[in-house]
Amino acid sequence: MTIQTRVLFAVLYVVLTPFVIGLLDGFDRKISARMQGRRGPSVLQPFFDLKKLFEKEFLTANKMQLFLIRSYLCFIVLSGIIFFAGFDLLLVIFSLSTAAMFLILASTATHSPFASQGTSRELVQIMACEPMELLVAVGFYLATSTFTVSDIVTKSPVANIRFLPGFFVGFVFILTIKFRKSPFDISTSHHAHQEVIKGVTSEMVGKEYAMVTIAEWYENAILLGIVGLFFVSSNILTVIGAVIAILVVWFLEILIDNTSARVKWQLMLKLAWGTTIVAAGMNLFLLEIIRG
Amino acid sequence: MAKIHKSPWLLHYDGSSCNGCDIEVLACTTPVYDVERFGVINTGNPMHADIFLITGGINSQNEAVVKQIYDQMPQPKVVIAVGTCACTGGIFKECYNIKGGADTVIPVDIYVPGCAARPESIIDGVVKGIGLFKEKAAALAAQSKA
Amino acid sequence: MEVLVTALICFPFLWAILPAVIHNSKRRAFTVYLGCGIVMVLSVFTAIQWYLAGGQTLDFRLPYQEAFGEIFLWGDIFLMCFITYLSYKHNRLIIAFLSIISTVVPTILEKFGPELPAGPTMRFDWLTFIMVLIIGVVGSLIGVYAVGYMHGFHIHHHKEVTDRRSFFLSMIFVFFGAMFGLVTSANLLGLYFFWEITSVTSFLLIGYTRTDEAINNSFKALWMNLLGGCGLAVAISVGIIYFNTANLYTLIAAAVKTPTKMLCLLPIAMLAFAALTKSAQFPFSGWLLGAMVAPTPSSALLHSATMVKAGVYMLIRLSPAMADNYVGNMVALIGGFTFVAASCFAITVSDGKKVLAYSTISNLGLIVACTGCGYEETIWAAVFLVIFHAVSKSMLFQCVGAIETTIGSRDVEDMQGLMSIFPKLAFILMVGIAGMFLAPFGMLISKWAALKAFIDTSSVYVSTLMVMFICFGSATTMFYWTKWMSKILGASKREKSRDLTKKNEYISMFFHAFMMISLILGFPWLSEHVLKPLSNDMFGVVKQVISYENMVIMIVLLCGVFVIPFINYLLTKGQKGKKVITYMGGANAGDNFNFVSATGDPREMDISNFYMEDLMGEKKLFTPAILISSFIIVVYLIIVVGGALQ
Repeated sequence: MTIQTRVLFAVLYVVLTPFVIGLLDGFDRKISARMQGRRGPSVLQPFFDLKKLFEKEFLTANKMQLFLIRSYLCFIVLSGIIFFAGFDLLLVIFSLSTAAMFLILASTATHSPFASQGTSRELVQIMACEPMELLVAVGFYLATSTFTVSDIVTKSPVANIRFLPGFFVGFVFILTIKFRKSPFDISTSHHAHQEVIKGVTSEMVGKEYAMVTIAEWYENAILLGIVGLFFVSSNILTVIGAVIAILVVWFLEILIDNTSARVKWQLMLKLAWGTTIVAAGMNLFLLEIIRG
Repeated sequence: MAKIHKSPWLLHYDGSSCNGCDIEVLACTTPVYDVERFGVINTGNPMHADIFLITGGINSQNEAVVKQIYDQMPQPKVVIAVGTCACTGGIFKECYNIKGGADTVIPVDIYVPGCAARPESIIDGVVKGIGLFKEKAAALAAQSKA
Repeated sequence: MEVLVTALICFPFLWAILPAVIHNSKRRAFTVYLGCGIVMVLSVFTAIQWYLAGGQTLDFRLPYQEAFGEIFLWGDIFLMCFITYLSYKHNRLIIAFLSIISTVVPTILEKFGPELPAGPTMRFDWLTFIMVLIIGVVGSLIGVYAVGYMHGFHIHHHKEVTDRRSFFLSMIFVFFGAMFGLVTSANLLGLYFFWEITSVTSFLLIGYTRTDEAINNSFKALWMNLLGGCGLAVAISVGIIYFNTANLYTLIAAAVKTPTKMLCLLPIAMLAFAALTKSAQFPFSGWLLGAMVAPTPSSALLHSATMVKAGVYMLIRLSPAMADNYVGNMVALIGGFTFVAASCFAITVSDGKKVLAYSTISNLGLIVACTGCGYEETIWAAVFLVIFHAVSKSMLFQCVGAIETTIGSRDVEDMQGLMSIFPKLAFILMVGIAGMFLAPFGMLISKWAALKAFIDTSSVYVSTLMVMFICFGSATTMFYWTKWMSKILGASKREKSRDLTKKNEYISMFFHAFMMISLILGFPWLSEHVLKPLSNDMFGVVKQVISYENMVIMIVLLCGVFVIPFINYLLTKGQKGKKVITYMGGANAGDNFNFVSATGDPREMDISNFYMEDLMGEKKLFTPAILISSFIIVVYLIIVVGGALQ
């Protein structure tokens, strides 16, 4: 990949993500509403919310929070740039987990009971997902002998999903958690079925909350990008297939959200690790055997 | 300050009510009434809320709580008193522990009467409250300029 | 060079006499500072001297080698008698048995066995260079710290404990000497002598307070380390009988040459076994956990700079002989398993020192796993981890010790809001924790290289298992560190009080923090000028482990971790915002720490982290972990020993 295309992709990511993922979020709420037999808000609702949050008065329980949240946002964007500019996949995941740490620090800095409770559960959530994220990178390495995203795309004659079905299943499973769809008692989602007020974001007011929302959009873009990575190959036409796959996975997550609203965090940890070990582990083992 | 009226997030507080109004408030979020089509979300967190929706009267124990929650909401904010009790103290008004309606502690912008208040009228009150936001935001902007 | 190395080994032993005989507190402190200073200067000078001379591997004999040989011999016998006496006194004869066996067999062989050819007995190469610097610099800083800490320990906190500071401080010097000897010896007989000294001094340091618990734990450490010593003794015997040599490098070369011959693998397996006990891998982790009863400087010394590093040092040495064979598989599996298991246990404990102990075991597990793999990448990763781990762990131990002195507790839960009351201590703690697990510090680089190497490992089972171990282990590692970090920030209930940390403790800790940061900044240089020649030394190839591209990304990430928060801090500093109290359902009693209870009075609010004891508590999983790891070791040793006897 030339420097120019790398820069182009990175700029496109930074500029377009808020619009694309925001819009997807709007459709998400619309579709969820329709599934529940409601009309639902406008598809532009996420943007209205965001604009409002930025315009609200700034209250704070601890001033440290603001700079930590801004760092969180910057780090997520940085990870996204590493990913979309086609650099090392493993480093993307490491840097994502470093970013998550800033969010954790921001939410506990207030010493609020709800935020702290949410943080502990958020940590469990990260712990539940991280093995699978790392394993996805391992899977791509096994299939293509490289961690570099640009090489994974340009050097695969066929879509890698052929070698990595188990990894894909495991990854889609943890996406449910990553998109904050389920379990409900960690959720900081927009739905009514939440438990600890707003979890990690409980003490974040106005623009702080808006920045966390944007950061989540940027993160979701990376995760959906990884979903797409399973389906692209050196053939440029596979991009269409990848987009379709991303939309299907995205719809599937909405469906799961609306059908399994009452999963708790204890169950989540066991299920996520179980799926990781079984689906990804088996796939890993078989790939190793094939490679000799 | 353009978009706040498009995404008013609710904080629902139950004072000393008989829970009739609370059931009706929650009914608003169900598919039949679907208040989310106005962008309303029931947040349960004052830090994120724009509309403070109170049901039931104020007693000596929850007085401080209501005040504190009101202070934790960022400007601009609207307070809606839902149901007769929240408006005036209602049937409990003469009780030894009741101070009266919500406006005995914090400034109330919209009064929604009824025992219990019907979902339609609650939504009506919320929509009126949304209308107020424009004025409030403008006033706030003028204040900060001055 | 010979003279310098000899001085490096002998000086601490001789200097150890001074603190032992000087009882005036001030004068003794001065001698310790002076001694530590000399040790540090001497080690740095030796290392630089060697570096400037071109960094060639040096094989040499000590001046007066025969005399030293006699000293080693009689030293071994003396240690054996000493251990026998102590175990008789405390009624633990089994330990005496271990000691006698492991000493008598090699001694007899040396005295009456076949005449060994006189070859070089010492070696100084790149790995030694790194180890000497770690021991010299980190170790002597711990020595400086110890003076202040032990003063506070006896004068302020533990008046009931007999003041044996002279003994303690002189033991620290003995330790330095033994470690220097251990990393420079090529002759296994010499190495065995130093190995036994570290075992015995650690035993004495752990038992310092002479409480029942301390004595029990010290004997636990002793028998486990002596078991490792037995492994070493077997390796020596096999070497002398079958290979007619007691030189470590000859044995390694033999195993590298014919990796399929089990007899060649046998001494390697035994040495690896000894190293596993020393580096506290499962099932031998118990001694390191027990070592937590000792005063903090000795924990720091045992955990970071010296004792446990002796084990991984040995394994790194052996790693070319462990590539893709049974011994390597055993070591890798034990390491990987320890990495996951210990990090799970670290989640469930709240005692700060115990968290550090488990995290040490877990981290060493990763290093051990890397060495077991035996590829250039993993050795590269392992050496990096050793360096980063030594600095940050020593810093963390010292910091927790200082916190304990100041706030009277080392429980993680009690460190709530440390940032607002003792910002200096909190800063050091933050740097240390960040160094342990955040991108792009040592852990990340090493995990990156290790994952890549393990995927490429030839054995399918080992490869799959190891990848899983690393993925899960890194998730659990992240959990306990982040949990701790999040405690430190934020508001605190405590009143601001006087910081009881001594000046010399701060000097040591800040120097560590400085080293940490310069290590990270100098990481590309380190990789280019130290680790590349090291890999060339051991494998005869120079391989670019991390591509130029990734190096750039890591530097960007590094700047990210420091610069992004800093810039954001500056940008948001002037931010105006109305101060509010946190949300507690509207029931705050005026501040963030108390709420109005049902009875109307303010009650204090307590926030605690998750410990998940029911899921992965010590009580539930410790025994299974021991059993599984023992099983792995026994099976592989049977394969190797059986194969050799065939």
